Amino acid sequence: MLSLTLKEVSLALREGRISPTELCKKCLNRIKKTQHLNAYITVTEELALKQAQQSETRLLQGVPKGPLDGIPFAVKDNFCTKDIKTTCASKMLKDYTPPYNATMVQKLLDQGAILMGKTNMDEFAMGAGSTDGTFGPVKNPWSYAAPYREQTGAVQDSDWVITGGSSGGSAAAVASLTSYLALGSDTGGSTRNPGALCGVVALKPTYGLLSRHGLIPLVNSMDVPGILTRSVNDAAIALGILQGLDVRDSTTVPAPSSLAELPENFDVKNICVGIPKEYHAPGLSEETLAQWSRVADLFERAGAQVKQVSLPHTQYSIVCYHVLCHAEVASNMARFDGLEYGHRSETDSSTEAMYASTRHEGFNDVVRGRILSGNYFLLKQNYQHYFVKAQKVRRLIADDFRNVFSSGVDVLLTPTTLADAACYQDFTQEDNRTRSAQEDVFTQPSNMAGLPAVSVPTALSRRGLPIGLQLVGPALHDKKLLSVAQWMEQRVGFPSISDSDYSRESRNDPRMTKREQTSAV
Amino acid sequence: MAASCVAASELLQNMKLISGFYPKASCVIRRISTTNARCDGQAQPRAKSAPQQLVGVVGLEIHAQINSSTKLFSGSSVRFSAPPNSLVSLFDASLPGTLPVLNKRCVEAAVMTGLALNCTINRKSLFDRKHYFYADLPAGYQITQQRQPIAVDGMLTYSLLGGKKRSQVIRKNVQIKQIQLEQDSGKSLHDDVRSQTLIDLNRAGVGLMELVMEPDMSCGEEAAAAVRELQLILQALGTCQGNMSEGQLRVDANVSVHRPGEPLGVRTEVKNINSARYLARAIDYEIQRQIDVLQRGGTVQNETRAYDSKSGETIPMRDKEGLQDYRFMPEPNLPPLIVYEDNASLPTGIDACQAVVVQKIKEGLPELPSVKRDRLVQTYGILPEHSFTLVNEDGLVEYFEEALKATKKEPRKVIGWVTNELLGHLKQQDLSVSQSPISPSALAELLELQETGHISSSVAKQVFQEMWRSSGKTAQQIIQEHDLGLVSDTTQLHSICQKVVESHPDEVHAIRNGNKKVLNKLMGLVQKETKGRADPVLVRAILQEKTS
Repeated sequence: MLSLTLKEVSLALREGRISPTELCKKCLNRIKKTQHLNAYITVTEELALKQAQQSETRLLQGVPKGPLDGIPFAVKDNFCTKDIKTTCASKMLKDYTPPYNATMVQKLLDQGAILMGKTNMDEFAMGAGSTDGTFGPVKNPWSYAAPYREQTGAVQDSDWVITGGSSGGSAAAVASLTSYLALGSDTGGSTRNPGALCGVVALKPTYGLLSRHGLIPLVNSMDVPGILTRSVNDAAIALGILQGLDVRDSTTVPAPSSLAELPENFDVKNICVGIPKEYHAPGLSEETLAQWSRVADLFERAGAQVKQVSLPHTQYSIVCYHVLCHAEVASNMARFDGLEYGHRSETDSSTEAMYASTRHEGFNDVVRGRILSGNYFLLKQNYQHYFVKAQKVRRLIADDFRNVFSSGVDVLLTPTTLADAACYQDFTQEDNRTRSAQEDVFTQPSNMAGLPAVSVPTALSRRGLPIGLQLVGPALHDKKLLSVAQWMEQRVGFPSISDSDYSRESRNDPRMTKREQTSAV
Repeated sequence: MAASCVAASELLQNMKLISGFYPKASCVIRRISTTNARCDGQAQPRAKSAPQQLVGVVGLEIHAQINSSTKLFSGSSVRFSAPPNSLVSLFDASLPGTLPVLNKRCVEAAVMTGLALNCTINRKSLFDRKHYFYADLPAGYQITQQRQPIAVDGMLTYSLLGGKKRSQVIRKNVQIKQIQLEQDSGKSLHDDVRSQTLIDLNRAGVGLMELVMEPDMSCGEEAAAAVRELQLILQALGTCQGNMSEGQLRVDANVSVHRPGEPLGVRTEVKNINSARYLARAIDYEIQRQIDVLQRGGTVQNETRAYDSKSGETIPMRDKEGLQDYRFMPEPNLPPLIVYEDNASLPTGIDACQAVVVQKIKEGLPELPSVKRDRLVQTYGILPEHSFTLVNEDGLVEYFEEALKATKKEPRKVIGWVTNELLGHLKQQDLSVSQSPISPSALAELLELQETGHISSSVAKQVFQEMWRSSGKTAQQIIQEHDLGLVSDTTQLHSICQKVVESHPDEVHAIRNGNKKVLNKLMGLVQKETKGRADPVLVRAILQEKTS
């Protein structure tokens, strides 16, 4: 039951094969069993059971609020939740409880969906591993699944691999079957990256399609709430519910269509798939490259036009992103001064001294480093040289995409990450900045341009770990993008994790998943 | 040590410089001290050879609180003196995850103000973040319009009364560089005893229009007149209530001195000014202070100074902004602000009710104070200075016009009653026009009684006093109760006149000898007898008859 898709479990609930309370309890048990993953910062057990009870009443009366009624979901801990701690995995907000719900959370609650808890992340979403939060790193569920254990012979607990980040908790929650849907946030790839490494579908919709009200910002001009599910169609269902204008977020746009479900038999014959040559980047693993070619061939064989395209300014994206990101971070973090909410230092010799030590104690090195460099970029004498220049480069990057899409390309097919998930021990050899620069290389340009992008799990690597590929579409063509993604999903045959797989107790159980495994090259 | 040596040698050099120019300098000082208190409204260009005197240069930065029921970016109410922190939304408190939503009313107010000040309205304007840490700025930045403000390049025309009798109207212009929309901050209350600071966020996020005026003024009086005119315009528009003491209008003055034709001097910024009168005093003090500094051979520091209304001095403020870098950045949560020229230019899909349309606002502009004054002078034939008095007092024009409707008395005669009797009484008791115990129609009734010869002008003033004291009684009632009606009984007047004539033989003699003016003295004596109630026309006739 737990390994069903959202759509399947929704049907099961409606048909009475399982009750919301039973389902909720199963998920809560699963959360307990997978506690070692550190996917959740807060588990809202009591509230979830109460909500499930209410959902049960509605379903029994035959008046569900919508397709999500009774469905457990998880939320990244940077979305504000009323009366539930929202920490951003930072000491600064360790005990912060917001008085309101983010629009994204409210919309799901309004549908009768059941909140299981708040998921772990990198502090203030700054990171690409979910290793840099104050509550410790998130472990990739696949570390304990049979394929990885078998392929690598890993036995030590220290051999676990990272989830990617910064929405690693949300990706792990969906992959480890504790929630059918999770909200992440995506600024430079923070939803797609862990989605790829944890083998789940990860959608970053068009900028402005989903409200940011209540999402504690990283970079306002690039942040997009992300959707993590087990199937492309599930992501489409969630998008249909979450999208649209929000009066509380002036950057939102009306939804172009009331997207419900995707067409079952989408024809890619008339689709033109672009392969950006610049994405054949140094560091791209042989296996990921092979998957990229395999799927490109799948498209071609099905009659789609596949052609090489160029996005010439891609290489400048990361450095440009750093300037813009750090500048906005410096600005956005200014409010955390210890006066009104959040951590406050004991130092009270002066207001200034209190500010300084509060911020020193409350933020980790990564956050402090970005604030420092961001303020440097915004200084009067540096503004033109760094910030304005970065904005211009951003425009060039967006123009690259525009040119490609106006030349007849419908979607771009790219890798999501350079390789499969790294071992925690290897990953933490490098500092956060270097890792972010490496990890975001394929995902981050679409944030610059505000374009919809989705990572689709494609195959397991030789190490038994997921590899994902990314599809990028033109702005507001999210539905078409998902239709193509679903077509791909139906053909790549990615194995999902089953109910009894890889929990601690059974991690040496070599049982394979229900679906056929497609091993990598 | 080295530093002080340099300073000393500089000082020495400056001293030499001054002693070299001593005769001229002393003359300059004397001139300034006599003319500075009130600047010469019509400074004549001086001959090139004449010594140039230092003159003040004044620019203003004015923060006008937008008269709106809600804040600039949130739905919280705006109210003065509400209980602390009772008008604070999640956004005003800068809770993480909250976003600004622009208030249309504030944009319209800024556009309207821009139009009234002859500004160019930018079709597209942008919002920026200005960063600094302060306890009453919860976000750590203020949202303002630094790069592209809503309105630019305007002009404010104001007038001063000048000339010998201060009855000559002198028109002046000051350029408006820009009007920008921005958020107000909260308020900090420092409790020195317990060494703590209390924060009230009621004001945080209230919409402000910052008006930047070019340094086109030269003294306190001009600045005060410009601010007064601006205040009247804002009040006429309803875009700001303009009350300086409640902080709805906050004026900072940039002051420097230089010799005309030379580059501008180093400026100081004078803050903490909460009335137009203090503004004039603060600026004049600061100009004189800077002149004194320069005359002594010193240099003016670029600094922020606060005006102390008790001592009448400006004093340096703890300079928290000296080396501040505000690290401006575009506000990423607000799309560019677009205003449309007219309904025809609205793109399809834009709801006309949601859009800000300049043409529509232009059509709704009320009569501006300068236009109103011209109209009053032309329509009623009153003096320009009277038009200033009328327009300066909220509701007085309406009062005047209302009174005119109910009397046949000439406007030129009514104006005196309104600007002297009425306004005098109001001022004395610190009342507004709307609080006047005498309504326009009641005043008109009184004036009508005088005009038709029922009472004399001196009695009319008596009646006015009585009406003021016993509110609600009509002039007619008071005249009857106090028996103040004009005495027109010929027999009675004959006998009074007879008594006066008999007791003043010398005067009668003089009149008979041709000094007709003396008759006025006799008339005065008769009025004294009758307490001013005698019909002057009749009395004159009787006296003429008796002295012929």
